[in-house]
Amino acid sequence: MAGHPSTYEPKYAAAKWMDQRLPIIRMGADFMTFPSPRNLNYWYTFGGILALCLVVQILSGVILAMHYVADVDKAFASVQRIRRDVPFGWLLQSMHAVGASMFFLAVYMHMFRGLYYGSYKAPREVIWILGCAIYLVMMATAFLGYTLPWGQMSFWGATVITGFFGAVPVVGESLQQWLLGGYAVDNATLNRFFALHYLLPFVIAALVGLHVWALHHVGQNNPIGISEKTKEDTLSFHPFYTVKDAFAIAVFLVIFAIFLFYLPDALGHADNYIEADAMKTPAHIVPEWYFLPFYAILRAVPDKLAGILLMLGAIVVLFVLPWLDTHKVRSMRFRPVARWFFLIFIIFCFILGWCGAGTPDDVAIKLGSKMVDDKKVDAGITFYRLSQISTIYYFAYFLVILPVLGLVEKPTKRPDSITKAVLGEGKPAATLAPAE
Amino acid sequence: MAFKTSKSLILGAVVSVASLSGLAFAAGGGVHSSYKMKHPDWSFNGAFGTYDRAAMQRGYQVYREVCASCHGLKYVAFRHLGDKGGPYEMEDFPNPSDNPYVKNFAADWSIEDIDSETGDVIERTGIPADYFPPIFPNDAAARASNGGSLPPDLSSMVKARTGGADYLYNLLVSYDAPKPKYVELTPGLYWNPVMDGNKIAMAAPLSEDLVTYEPTEVMDHGELKTIAPPAATVEQMAADVTHFLAWTADPKLEERKGIGMMTIIYLLILSLLLFLSYKRVWRNVKH
Repeated sequence: MAGHPSTYEPKYAAAKWMDQRLPIIRMGADFMTFPSPRNLNYWYTFGGILALCLVVQILSGVILAMHYVADVDKAFASVQRIRRDVPFGWLLQSMHAVGASMFFLAVYMHMFRGLYYGSYKAPREVIWILGCAIYLVMMATAFLGYTLPWGQMSFWGATVITGFFGAVPVVGESLQQWLLGGYAVDNATLNRFFALHYLLPFVIAALVGLHVWALHHVGQNNPIGISEKTKEDTLSFHPFYTVKDAFAIAVFLVIFAIFLFYLPDALGHADNYIEADAMKTPAHIVPEWYFLPFYAILRAVPDKLAGILLMLGAIVVLFVLPWLDTHKVRSMRFRPVARWFFLIFIIFCFILGWCGAGTPDDVAIKLGSKMVDDKKVDAGITFYRLSQISTIYYFAYFLVILPVLGLVEKPTKRPDSITKAVLGEGKPAATLAPAE
Repeated sequence: MAFKTSKSLILGAVVSVASLSGLAFAAGGGVHSSYKMKHPDWSFNGAFGTYDRAAMQRGYQVYREVCASCHGLKYVAFRHLGDKGGPYEMEDFPNPSDNPYVKNFAADWSIEDIDSETGDVIERTGIPADYFPPIFPNDAAARASNGGSLPPDLSSMVKARTGGADYLYNLLVSYDAPKPKYVELTPGLYWNPVMDGNKIAMAAPLSEDLVTYEPTEVMDHGELKTIAPPAATVEQMAADVTHFLAWTADPKLEERKGIGMMTIIYLLILSLLLFLSYKRVWRNVKH
């Protein structure tokens, strides 16, 4: 780890023996003493929270896989059996389903934090890109997993999403058939989705390993976005951030538990308690809440292929963000203009989520009423129009606003160092040191 | 300062999740504007809510005598009736297969089986390990007997509709709500303001005194208590069968809420201790 000389001294003969062969204890020790900026706030605790989310999903998922049957005739019944008869199966199944939502809640907080404090800027581009890759694989994993209970929304969601591939010019149809293992979502699809749903979390774990490795190579960003300059700017990861992360994790678990034990279905859809029926399309096919913004972007244009390209573009644009935001100041604390555009960006992300849940032709914002066929109906901005406006802002934020601001925005005065920011200018640095 | 930040963070998290879940619900609906949904005060609502054993037992009677002529309950076994949290849970019979109520109810049904000696298909009386048998031999037969419509399985019905128990209750009691003139019904369809599309293939299943309620026996603080039967009004039967089906859809509700309360108390104490640890570790550190 660059800039962090190892201070580990093996105390026992066995530890010394190990250290000479595979310095894995040293790696752990160096991890715990890693110098972290002293000014990290609670928004920086989501990394630890996400690590826990991944562990919860993998552990609960492995046990669920022991009871789940990937067969179109038995999948739904096997989930019912898990919920009714497997000891604590109801707990594991809810934990895994609610856990997916909690995972996305935390990852969105983590991403918004990175966007605000400029954590994607040099030298952290690779950390950011790995993070985007993790998010992309998470989305795939969540989609595949949602298919497994074989409820109505599982089946029809899978039908709609795999239908996207059919829109690819020329090879679309054969690509779709290759993915599904047939002409429609069926047993072959369910089996491969199960296999991949079991595989991808371990791909995520590997990417997380790289993400954390890159983080320890260049060091953490911090709320003022000014790099660590002296030893006074940093604190040892343990105990300072282990205890802070632990507190944040405990609070996060309280929220998790409230959903898990008291609102287990609040984030799901009632239709998924109906077994998949290829002959009966649900009235509204809606994805899980964490995909709604992208679903709204997909439906913002009348052309299917264009919608799919826009939806993919909404994620691709995140990958190239480090080269779109050219402003030299990382943290938006010192970017008086960009921070407002960022706030509007977040609002539009929520509006996109709202549009994704709505029916495109329904009126979202009522601005009066009009007469249609002698009946008085609401008039105003439809979800369709609103999702178009929001989609334009979403892309404009990355492709126009940030590049332009990079050229013209004047940052406010920044402190010289983390230490100065914490203490204020002109105070002696001595008071910074921890007592022991 | 740190505390304030964390509080706003938690609040933000809760608000964002709550608003998003609200959005997901907004997609459902279908209740006709002329009907006002009733929201009974279910005993299983709220953080400490539990099922009312007497209501579940009466509800089972309504299911058995009315609903079961068309609707199956395929994910529920007879033994489930005597499970912890179930309608006929008895302290003396921790194994529900020994529970006399469960044995009686199982014996009440005939189950298709294979004679192990001859290999012939036979009918035998049910045992607690059996699941509620299908009402019709297959979906086609079910449709043929019901004017082309398939009566859905009721095991998870309360969870399978937006609105849950309230939806089912209102569906059952709203048949006599006034029908707007412009709604036209084809034969075999009935007006129901709660049903999606406001038309339903099931005729009004409940009518006054359709079942004869017997007194129910429930355990109350270790004593067997007899509860006098209420009048079998449509509302009463609808509430009772909804109560029973709320249990079939969510049989672990009581266990879930009990463990949930202990877990959350534990996590709150843990959070407090970790916060105090955080304060102590950081006490002399400017940040």
